[in-house]
Parts: sequence; structure tokens; C-alpha cells
Amino acid sequence: MLRFVLRRLIQMVGVVLVLSVLVFVWLRSLPGGPVSALLGERGTPERRAALEKALGLDQPLPVQYLRYMERAVQGDFGVSTKVLPGEDALDIFFARLPATIELSFFALVIAIALGIPLGYLAARRKGTPLDTTTVIFSLVGVAVPVFFTGFLLKYFFAVEWNLLPVSGRQSTGLDATRVTGLFVLDGILTREWDAAWDALKHLVLPAVALATIPFAVIFRITRASVLDVLDEDYVRTAEAKGLTAQVIRGRHVLRNAILPVVTTVGLQVGALLSGAVLTETVFSIRGIGDALATAFRDKDYPVLQVLIIAAAAIYVLVNLLVDIAYAVIDPRIRTR
Amino acid sequence: MSTPMSTHAVHPVHSSEPLLSVRDLRVTFGRRGEQPFKAVDGISFDVRPGQTVGLVGESGCGKSVTSLAIMGLLPTRGNTVEGSAVFDGEDLLRLSPGQMRDRRGREIAMIFQDPLSSLNPVVQIGRQVTEVMERHQGLSRKEAMPKAAELLERVGIPDPKARLVNYPHQLSGGMRQRALIAMALACKPRLLIADEPTTALDVTIQAQILALLKELVVETGTALVMITHDLGVVAGLCDEVNVLYGGRIVERGDRHTLFSRPRHPYTVGLLNSIPRLDAPRGEALSPIPGSVADNLPWDSACAFAPRCPNALDVCVQQTPEWEGDDVVGLRCFNPMGVSR
Ligand SMILES: Nc1ncnc2c1ncn2[C@@H]1O[C@H](COP(=O)(O)OP(=O)(O)OP(=O)(O)O)[C@@H](O)[C@H]1O
Ligand code: SF4
Ligand SMILES: [Mg+2]
Repeated sequence: MLRFVLRRLIQMVGVVLVLSVLVFVWLRSLPGGPVSALLGERGTPERRAALEKALGLDQPLPVQYLRYMERAVQGDFGVSTKVLPGEDALDIFFARLPATIELSFFALVIAIALGIPLGYLAARRKGTPLDTTTVIFSLVGVAVPVFFTGFLLKYFFAVEWNLLPVSGRQSTGLDATRVTGLFVLDGILTREWDAAWDALKHLVLPAVALATIPFAVIFRITRASVLDVLDEDYVRTAEAKGLTAQVIRGRHVLRNAILPVVTTVGLQVGALLSGAVLTETVFSIRGIGDALATAFRDKDYPVLQVLIIAAAAIYVLVNLLVDIAYAVIDPRIRTR
Repeated sequence: MSTPMSTHAVHPVHSSEPLLSVRDLRVTFGRRGEQPFKAVDGISFDVRPGQTVGLVGESGCGKSVTSLAIMGLLPTRGNTVEGSAVFDGEDLLRLSPGQMRDRRGREIAMIFQDPLSSLNPVVQIGRQVTEVMERHQGLSRKEAMPKAAELLERVGIPDPKARLVNYPHQLSGGMRQRALIAMALACKPRLLIADEPTTALDVTIQAQILALLKELVVETGTALVMITHDLGVVAGLCDEVNVLYGGRIVERGDRHTLFSRPRHPYTVGLLNSIPRLDAPRGEALSPIPGSVADNLPWDSACAFAPRCPNALDVCVQQTPEWEGDDVVGLRCFNPMGVSR
């Protein structure tokens, strides 16, 4: 098990390194660049050249990359080129991380809490109206873009019916204490219940919007997986033992059916990260997705690099955790 | 063990009341709009306490469906079950699902063909044994664990305590089938149904498992319904043999009579297709020509007629009726002569 984890960690470093090269080259191949973004109309050739030199962009690509990596291994990922002198790129990442974690976490909780039970029920009641409705709903969930769902939810629940806040993470004017940067958790930790409640209300719409695709995927995998397991011989054996319906459901059906779902949840973290970009934009949440959108507009290479590479690292790390979890719950892997 | 009970088991008293009495069991598959398919077409047989009864026939003749119908384990939709299966005075087919749940695993147990797929891959063997006792004997998991170890030992699993925490994939095929037998016998059921329990195993392991089953039914007095397509399996085990064809019983008799003087042409065909160790090399077995796909409907003919060497004109015009009782019987217009 330890060797498995180590091997995966080494693989992970490899993946992140390769990705860093790709991102580095890809960003610089896009039209425009930080110099144009910074100077805009005022960009005389002399000023452009001077700025390029200052940012090190006059060097050949391999040199730029090696310099970047040399500093990166020391923890220096450069500064934002949006305004000069810019903020530290890594600081921006850490400042934005909690909002995205909070949003993605709630979205994932919603997706799992609805997807697994509904998937199970739909499988048990295959062909009934409950099954058909949820299947159609999940198909729609996958097909509709996140920003559209976001706009729709916002329009009705926030604007038209005024049930929930339109945007942001917390009402302005609330003097909430910050501990972790996860606003709901902060409110609970500091017992500022009104702040926690307020943050939670702000989370509902973006989290629901972001949850639609992972929900739909988890629902469908659960349903398919339960249908498969229900046909397994060991479920018939369990029935032949006269076990109660609860024991058969929990120990024999779900414990097996959950295995493919676990892998799927790991893969959904990718969908969550890309969905977060759109959701954060729609709901004006200052998270990683929002930072990414801004940095992309400004061609802010250092910030973009940190954000993309960190997002990829998170994705790979989460999948490693999922694989470990899988090995823990599936004895066929654990005890091989 | 030499209690009066086991003596009784060794010498089944055929006049005793049947433990299980299946009468005119019919299972029809097919949803509305589909051509219904009679998988089991009027089967009757008795099983007495301590007796071992064989149900033998080719693939698709309705053996598994018969046993699943008795156990109440057929899919809840897409089939109809008719007839009766009286167990200890109660018709199992009329019990509610909850009542049936109370009897399965306690009064009637079942073991299946493929030991690997029949065991839950993510639950330890010990737990899979104790859960039956937890369910039916009100034991806690802790109380049941030592009993589970005893059971594993009883079915010949070496180092049973260590095996309790193993998962199915860590056991060999033979050990898995032994574990399944342990689970089935955990609550000392009065009837055990074994559906091809050795088909998925190596020949040498097959013999061991059959020997174990034989030993256990003698020791515990459990009645056994042995389902197989292999008359060789029946030979060493069963008191009474029922030969099935196309969802009906075509011949019944005690083991000795059936093997020495088979009367139904299908039984003869089955006997001729048993591989013999003493057969000269290269001499082909004589399998029954044709396949079940050629079957005629029982309603107006003998289903076996297209494949039968003895077929007469009447065989394709009329249904051969059952002639016999619950001990011996035959369904054939032109049975094999005694001097075959
Ligand atoms: N759920 C079902 N729906 C429709 N037909 C079924 C179903 N289960 C079994 N059958 C059909 O019923 C017939 C009898 O099946 P059964 O499983 O009892 O055969 P078997 O004698 O046990 O054969 P085998 O030796 O292959 O196990 C087969 O033709 C099979 O296709
Ligand atoms: S009834 Fe006729 S066809 Fe059927 S087994 Fe007997 S002889 Fe053969
Ligand atoms: Mg079968």
C-alpha cells in the first residue's frame, strides 16, 4: 500500500511537470500577452521592449521556463503582471482557494447526497415513473451548461422571488471574523451564527448550479451499478439466507455498488473545478475560477500558471486519495 | 454422532410423511404481449426427511427454475408460479415474502453453482457465515463468530479461525464451495437444495465436495435436493432420482433401478453420455443427438420425440401421460425393454 502511494506521488510530480511545460508554452502561444494587456493603446515600441525585458519575456522560451522553474522550486512563482508591482501569484492562489473549496465541497455534498440515494431508488424501481423522471432529469443536468443553470437559478430564486442573495459570499456590512476563509465554517467556529447562516444562504444557488453535472453523473453511475449488482449471484445468496431487506441493501448491494461510484466522484472533481470558473463568474464569487477568468483576460502569465498547475495538482491529488479510498473499501485490491 | 435421529437419516423410512411435497409446479415466463414460455410444466415430487432426491436433466430443462420457485427467489415480475410446494404443512408458494424470508436460511437453505460469484467479494467469509445466525438465531456477531469457525472446520476448511477474516478471492474454489455449504448449514435447515454445487469445480474437488455433502446430510439428517445435469453425480449420492425433460419429469425411480434398468429413452441417452474412465481411448461418447431447441410442445406430443430413437407415430400426436406414483414412474409410449 505504501509503495502504491509512493509510486503514485512520483507519477503525480511527473504529471505536474509535464503540465507545467504545456501550460507555459500554450499561454505564450496565445495572441496578445501581458505587455499588450498592460500598455494597451499607449504601447510604443520602446515601452513595449522595455517592459518585455523587465518581465523577462525577451528571452527564448526554454530559458524563460528554466528560470521560472528555478524560482518555483524555491516557492517563488512570480508576481501578477496585472498591475506593477503586482501581488505574489501564489498569494493570490491561496487567497482565492477557500471560496472555491467551500463552493466545490457544498456542490459535491449535494451531488452525492442526492445522486446516490436517487440512483439506488431508480434502480430498485426500474421502469417506474420515479425512475424515468430522474433519468430524464439527469440527462438534462448533463446537457445544460453550468452558467445557464446558474443564470436561471439566479434569475428566479434571487431576482424574481427574492428568496436568496444574488451574488457574493456574504452580505456586505456583516463584520465576520475570518479563521479559515471558509465562511460557513468560520461562522460556526466563532459562533457567529448569523454570519454562518448568511454565508450558507449565499452558497445555495451557486452550489446547486455547480452540483447539477456531478449529480447527474453520480446518479447515473449509481443507478447502473446498482442494477448490475442486483443481478449478481451473491445478492441471490443473501436472499437465500433469508437476510432482512436492510442487510441485503447495505451489506450486499450498496457496499458493492458504491465502488464504481467512488471512482466517478474522484473524476467529478475535474468537472467541479472547470464548473467553478463559470459559477464563480455568474455569482461574483472571488474564488479560483473567478481569478482564472480575470487573469486570462489580463494575460497574467504567472497567475495563470500557478492557478492552472495548482488546479491540476489538486485534481491529481484528489484522484490519488480516491484510489486509496477505493483500495481501502475493496478488499480485492487491498489484500492482493 | 449416533443419535436416533441420524440412524433415521441413514435409513430413510419411505412411508414417513414428506417434508416437502411439490405438486404440479408450473412456472411460466413472459410479459404481456410475449409468447409465454413454460420453463416448468407441471412437476411433482416428494422429499422425505433425511432423503436425498436428485433432479437431473440437460441445461435448460427447468432445474434451477424449479428450485428458485420453491425458495421464492424468482424475479418478482415477468413470471407466474402455479401449483403448490408444501413444506412442513405450509404451502411455500402461498406464504408472504416476509414469511418466506423467515424460513429461508433457517428451514430451507440453498447452495449455488458458482462459488466465487455466489459469495460477496467485499465481505469477510466469517461475516457471511455469521449473518445467517445473527438473522435467524438472534445471536450477536460476537457470539456467532466462534460458531462460524466451528462450521468452517466442520466442512473441512483448514485453519478456520484465520479464514474467518479472509475475503472470497483469497480462498480456492473448493474452499469457497465449502464456505457456502457452511453458510447453508449454519442454522441446521431441514431441507437443503444444492443447484449444481460441483459444476464449476475441478474433477477431484468435485468428488471431495460430493463426499462432504453426503457425510453432512447423513450426520445432520438434512433432506437434500440435488440438482445436476450429471448422472454421475447422482450415482453416489441420491436415494431417488427424477429425470427432467422440457420442464416435466419423464422418469423417476430409486437410484439402483434407474441405473441398472433405465426405461425412458432420454434417461438411457443421459447414461450413455456419462464419461467412463474405462472406455477405450478414442471411443466417442454418445451424446443425445439434437438439442432442446428441437422440443415439441408437451400439450400435443412428447417433447423429446424429435431426438428419440424409439419415437413412434403416436409420440408426435399425443402427450405421454405420467404412469406411476411418487416413488417410481415413467412418461413414455415406447420405453426401453428390460433387456436392453
Ligand atoms: N428469468 C427468466 N426469464 C425468462 N426465462 C427464463 C428465466 N429464467 C430461466 N428461464 C428459462 O427457463 C428455462 C429453464 O431454465 P433453468 O435455469 O431452470 O434451466 P436449468 O435446468 O437449471 O439449466 P442449467 O443446467 O443451464 O442450469 C430456460 O430455457 C431458461 O432460458
Ligand atoms: S414418448 Fe415416444 S418420443 Fe417420447 S420418449 Fe417415449 S418413445 Fe420417445
Ligand atoms: Mg441451472
